[in-house]
Amino acid sequence: MSTTQGNAAETQVVEFDVRTDEMLVNMGPQHPSTHGVLRLVLRTDGEVVSEVTPHIGYLHRCAEKIGENLTPRQWIPYTDRMDYLAGMSMNLGWSLCVEKLMNLQVPEKARHLRVIIAEMQRIASHLVGMGAYGLDLGSFSPFLYAFREREKILDLFEEACGARLTYSYLTVGGATADLPPGWLQKCEAFLDQFLPVIDEYHALLTTNSIFIKRCTAIGVMSSEMAISYGCSGPVLRGSGVDLDLRRDGEEWCTNMYDGYAFEVIVEKEGHYPKDHVYPPVPPEAILGDCWHRFYVRMLEVRQSIDLVRQAIDRYSSATGSYGEPVKLAEKLPRGEAYLETEAPRGQMGFYIVSDGSAIPWRARARSSCFCNLSVTSELCRNTLIADIPAIVGSLDIVMGEIDR
Amino acid sequence: MSEQNLVTRLQDKFGEQILAVHLDAIDPWVEVSADGLPEVCRYLHDAPDLKFDYLSCISGVDYFEADPKKIAKQEGKPRLEVVYHLWSVTHKSSLVLKVILPRWKDGQEGCLPEVPSVTDIWRTADWHEREVYDLSGVHFVGHPDLRRILCPEDWEGHPLRRDYQMPLEYHGIRCR
Repeated sequence: MSTTQGNAAETQVVEFDVRTDEMLVNMGPQHPSTHGVLRLVLRTDGEVVSEVTPHIGYLHRCAEKIGENLTPRQWIPYTDRMDYLAGMSMNLGWSLCVEKLMNLQVPEKARHLRVIIAEMQRIASHLVGMGAYGLDLGSFSPFLYAFREREKILDLFEEACGARLTYSYLTVGGATADLPPGWLQKCEAFLDQFLPVIDEYHALLTTNSIFIKRCTAIGVMSSEMAISYGCSGPVLRGSGVDLDLRRDGEEWCTNMYDGYAFEVIVEKEGHYPKDHVYPPVPPEAILGDCWHRFYVRMLEVRQSIDLVRQAIDRYSSATGSYGEPVKLAEKLPRGEAYLETEAPRGQMGFYIVSDGSAIPWRARARSSCFCNLSVTSELCRNTLIADIPAIVGSLDIVMGEIDR
Repeated sequence: MSEQNLVTRLQDKFGEQILAVHLDAIDPWVEVSADGLPEVCRYLHDAPDLKFDYLSCISGVDYFEADPKKIAKQEGKPRLEVVYHLWSVTHKSSLVLKVILPRWKDGQEGCLPEVPSVTDIWRTADWHEREVYDLSGVHFVGHPDLRRILCPEDWEGHPLRRDYQMPLEYHGIRCR
């Protein structure tokens, strides 16, 4: 407000409007909360975000172009580096896709080995998802507790195949090597000590009132929106859609879990499977919000422990080969095949086109997080800036898989 | 709904938009003309006993043999295929649609072939079509925001094309 001095009798008072412009804030590629190199451009009016535009491609490594120059077995290390927190599941997805093209069934023992490995990987991956989510929201302890348990799983994987992160263990035909002697006992010992620890995580995060305030009713996604945007995995099941490729997928995917008893973790009529065992759903939580997506992951960890135990029994009693890999330059039949498998972060699809030689014509990876992330622009309308890490963290994305 | 029944229904309803049918492939596929794609997709999405409400993947595949020694072995003419993998959440069935395009529009090198966008049917198509545009060079008519998604915005060329040559330099960085 300013005054202009005219006559003493005529003082004009001019009022300036207090303008609030919109600001474009860059949550740049390097940021502790964006789960990798993700750039979010926020259009904010003060603290309220009116629009979020995700920019990806900072980790694009042209894996698909490279896949046109290598045989399928040689491409397996590239699949490891896509969702690097769930490398075994990526290897498994690509191996199953190539086996679908070649019409190659792995032996029974290899099938049970794959279930053990895939479900242990699911536990490890969800531990990262859970711990990193807590870290995004500002709690530092659950991250380290989760990684304490994850270290034990990584030690087991290192014994099996020599690597902690980029395994290249499951391959076309089975696995590169059998499990070492004593591995199954160590695995069972880990599961026995891990089961009571999950209750610690529930106490730290799931029932924590601050966590509940920050996650419930945030980023609510209806089931129609989730299906339309192609979301999958816990993101889809957190919105109440009953879809899990281990039960509902095509035969090449479900045959692996043939004979295993497990329940799909999704809320039906207000209840999750066996939910009397777990902390109750808080009244503020709406189906399809961040809290439900997180809760689905926690329950899936418990489910995976049970699956690993079943698989260990079956593997121990199975006879035959662990699944010798096919020749490195095995000629592929002419044709094409697409297969989606249930990776920890969602439905990971691989598409292979072959012209009859040992090298595929086209190797395409359909990333689950790619579709999960595309919902961000819709979910983050008219939220607060502090809700952005909560929403993006609940989608549990890995940029390696999005950018390939 | 068996595949043969589904295909017969599509052929009855859409006639000449359904160009070819391959039911004996590992993933049975139906070739659709580019102009008829939105109608066929809308029908597949809305019909209650089909309800293909989940678009799994859109891929661009370039069939062009750059090596002159191998041209004789290639099956079919050089072409660009846009492959749509559909899935039904309610019926747990899948279907593959293909749109086969010339590699350049009207034979003019540099003019991208065009396909109508299906983003208003499945929101998944938004980012997938951007990726096919970016890497394989297909222009999606009617897309709300068709720009590069994985490559930088000012990148030239479409990397997944078989005749793609890496540029010599990009902003002063030597590429090859």
